[in-house]
Amino acid sequence: MSMLRVEGVTVRFGEVTAIDDVTLSASPGVTGLIGPNGAGKTTLFDVISGLRKPSAGRVLLDDADITAKGPHQRSRLGVARTFQRLEVFGSLTVWENVVVALESRRRSSRLASELLDRVGIAEFAANQADTVPTGAARLLELARALATDPQLLLLDEPSSGLDRAETDAFGELLQQLSAEGRAVVLVEHDMDLVMNYCDHVHVLNLGRLLTSGTPSEIRSHEGVREAYLG
Amino acid sequence: MTALLAYTIFGLVTGGAYAVVAGGLVLTYSTSKVFNVGHGAIGMVMAFLYWELAENRGLPQWLALLIVVGGCAPLFGLLIERFVMRRLAGAPVGITLVAGVGVLVGLIGAAQAIWPPQARPVRPFLDQYGVHIGQSFVSGHDLVTLLCAVLVAGGLYILLNRTRTGLAMRACVDAPELAALYGTRPYRLSALSWAIGSALAALGGILLTPVVQLDYVTMTLLVITAYTAALVGRLRSLPWTFVGALGLGLVQSYAVAYLPSSPFWIAFRAAIPALLLFVVLLAMPQSPLRIGGVRGSRGVAVPTGLATGVGAAIFLGVVLALALLVDGVVAGQLALGLVFGIVLLSMVLLTGYGGVVSLGQFTFVGVGAVTVARLGSSSPLALLAGAAVAAAIGALIALTVLRVSGLYLALATLGFAQLMDKLVLQSPIAFGVRGSLQVPKLVGSPAAQLILAAGVFAVVGAGVLAVRRGRLGRRMIAVKDSSAACATLGMNVRWIRVWVFSLSAAIAGLAGGLFAQLRETVAASDFQLFNNLPLLLFAVIAGVTSVSGAALGGLLLMLLPVLQSGFPAFAGAAVVLLGVAAAGLARDPNGLVSWFFRAWSWRRA
Repeated sequence: MSMLRVEGVTVRFGEVTAIDDVTLSASPGVTGLIGPNGAGKTTLFDVISGLRKPSAGRVLLDDADITAKGPHQRSRLGVARTFQRLEVFGSLTVWENVVVALESRRRSSRLASELLDRVGIAEFAANQADTVPTGAARLLELARALATDPQLLLLDEPSSGLDRAETDAFGELLQQLSAEGRAVVLVEHDMDLVMNYCDHVHVLNLGRLLTSGTPSEIRSHEGVREAYLG
Repeated sequence: MTALLAYTIFGLVTGGAYAVVAGGLVLTYSTSKVFNVGHGAIGMVMAFLYWELAENRGLPQWLALLIVVGGCAPLFGLLIERFVMRRLAGAPVGITLVAGVGVLVGLIGAAQAIWPPQARPVRPFLDQYGVHIGQSFVSGHDLVTLLCAVLVAGGLYILLNRTRTGLAMRACVDAPELAALYGTRPYRLSALSWAIGSALAALGGILLTPVVQLDYVTMTLLVITAYTAALVGRLRSLPWTFVGALGLGLVQSYAVAYLPSSPFWIAFRAAIPALLLFVVLLAMPQSPLRIGGVRGSRGVAVPTGLATGVGAAIFLGVVLALALLVDGVVAGQLALGLVFGIVLLSMVLLTGYGGVVSLGQFTFVGVGAVTVARLGSSSPLALLAGAAVAAAIGALIALTVLRVSGLYLALATLGFAQLMDKLVLQSPIAFGVRGSLQVPKLVGSPAAQLILAAGVFAVVGAGVLAVRRGRLGRRMIAVKDSSAACATLGMNVRWIRVWVFSLSAAIAGLAGGLFAQLRETVAASDFQLFNNLPLLLFAVIAGVTSVSGAALGGLLLMLLPVLQSGFPAFAGAAVVLLGVAAAGLARDPNGLVSWFFRAWSWRRA
């Protein structure tokens, strides 16, 4: 059963159609969402998380239509996300960033250290968030999203800024999240990460869904190569 | 029918002058992304300068007009761009607003210093000419105004849409760095737009002088109408801005003609520009949550609970000693300074932590004062009632403007302050038009007043710090840094803003009650729109992110009129200095006190 379903979503910015009638779904486990720059991946995340109203189409969570709900209501239904262009709270410390998220869901602030530990940035806890390296800030966004205990987690290029060892650790974390029964949707340019950890992959190109399938099916798909190589 | 025609012509003429002013505002905004709050003040000063040349020095009108609109005003625009606005490129809207308010206040100070108050009639243009349309007479000045509006509209349209410079100007707004790569010089273009913008402010101001009289504040606030017109065009579209300006001119003209002339409706007429500003803001589309990039600001360190307690004890000890040492006059002044300090604490919460710039905070002080005055008691319960009424009104305003944020929100607070001043504070239910109210003192001697003010300041200050350390404080700062992220974490960011507004208004209302019983006589003029501006400037200069900044700012605000009456020759200069300091310091909202903090931590290190 799929947890997230996007049905016929279209987003237009004036004359430009950024997303054109896209239908896809995500089940518990890790789902990859790949495509060249400008394919509409982040815009689709904005639609799913409620920050942008689609021009047409519906978003369903556990078969309930949530298209009309605002971002904070969707968060309470179990949707969380990170941002490609970082949105950490720069004036607060790393620890406070997670505490804010915990408090908004009435969870104990004692969980904050645990979450920072889990994503591997406990050493930065006391630093002001706009001073930490990009990789750490991305992991902070992940910790903050996890603080809401989400059912559906949208990760927008989480591994950029991470070194090899950190990326491997991140991959393991993805597996754990998947084992906990969460649905993770991963927008990612690191193909190794996508191929190694995703159960299912959707490919977007120029706002349209190009194809969907298992990582090995995607790897051998002619159209995907063309889209990437132009 | 004849009357209708006459009022329509009059409305179109006034609207034409508004259009000239608003066109300049939109031009500078659309090419530099800085909303020039001081636009009206530039028009005001230039209109005074025109009076000086044409009326006082006897130059021919056309020559004076040419010198002012073609020379002085553009030059002034260039200076403002070079020395104030260029340094603020890319700064948050709050900072550019404060710089604009600094320019505004500085210009009013300069005008007062150069041209002391007196009647200054200005001859209309071509006053011996005119045409009859039906039975209405259209004067030469009216025709000149309409002609200027048409020329400005056409000129701006051609500049932006038909010339390379205009194309480059529009490109620079979207991506100055990128435009620079293609050989355009963003600074030069921005300077050009400020020069033209100021020239249009000057032209509009001069055209309006025969209608509105030459007055520092009235002419400066005339810009509210220009703001409204510019908002009709969403700060981008010149054609819509012109439509908006003409519409506003007509509405005001018809209001003069057809509304009854009872005291309420007279007040209502004065409130029409602010009312329309409000209506246009309410009709604005929902501001999208901004996404993209880390924002953070370095506040001054927040003391722990223990440190707050120790600090409060030392503060109260010092005040107690002062209360015993100084004479009654000084004690009363210090008490007033601390009451202003409490008002500034409300801004620490709203602006310092919450990042919302309010141009109407003094209005809540007025609400608290009226409540206490109307209750006829200054008991602690009455003071709390004042805070509660202010909180309720604060929540109401926040709920009304829930949809807008940033610049639009700040303008909404400005409109709100003007509406409250004209429709509520000056109405018979409050102070009355020129009325004042008596308030019994809570404690008798000035020394006791000082201790009372210090006690309340210490309690509220500790409370503000406790909020900052706690859940609400973290949330407020999170919302300021990224509302989008807050929303995706499950926070209803708009409700948080309602809370912050309401809490901040409550503190201002409490200060209002204290102010009323300290002064014993209060009037609507104590809380008029213009008083908000020095308040904001002192908040930023002293430091709007800390409790000590609020104390320092309050004392400075109290000292300003004291110094002005002590050295009348420098009264205007002091205001100029205030404006210049704010425009210069706007970049660092931690203000002067943060320098002391830094010096202190350096000593200890």
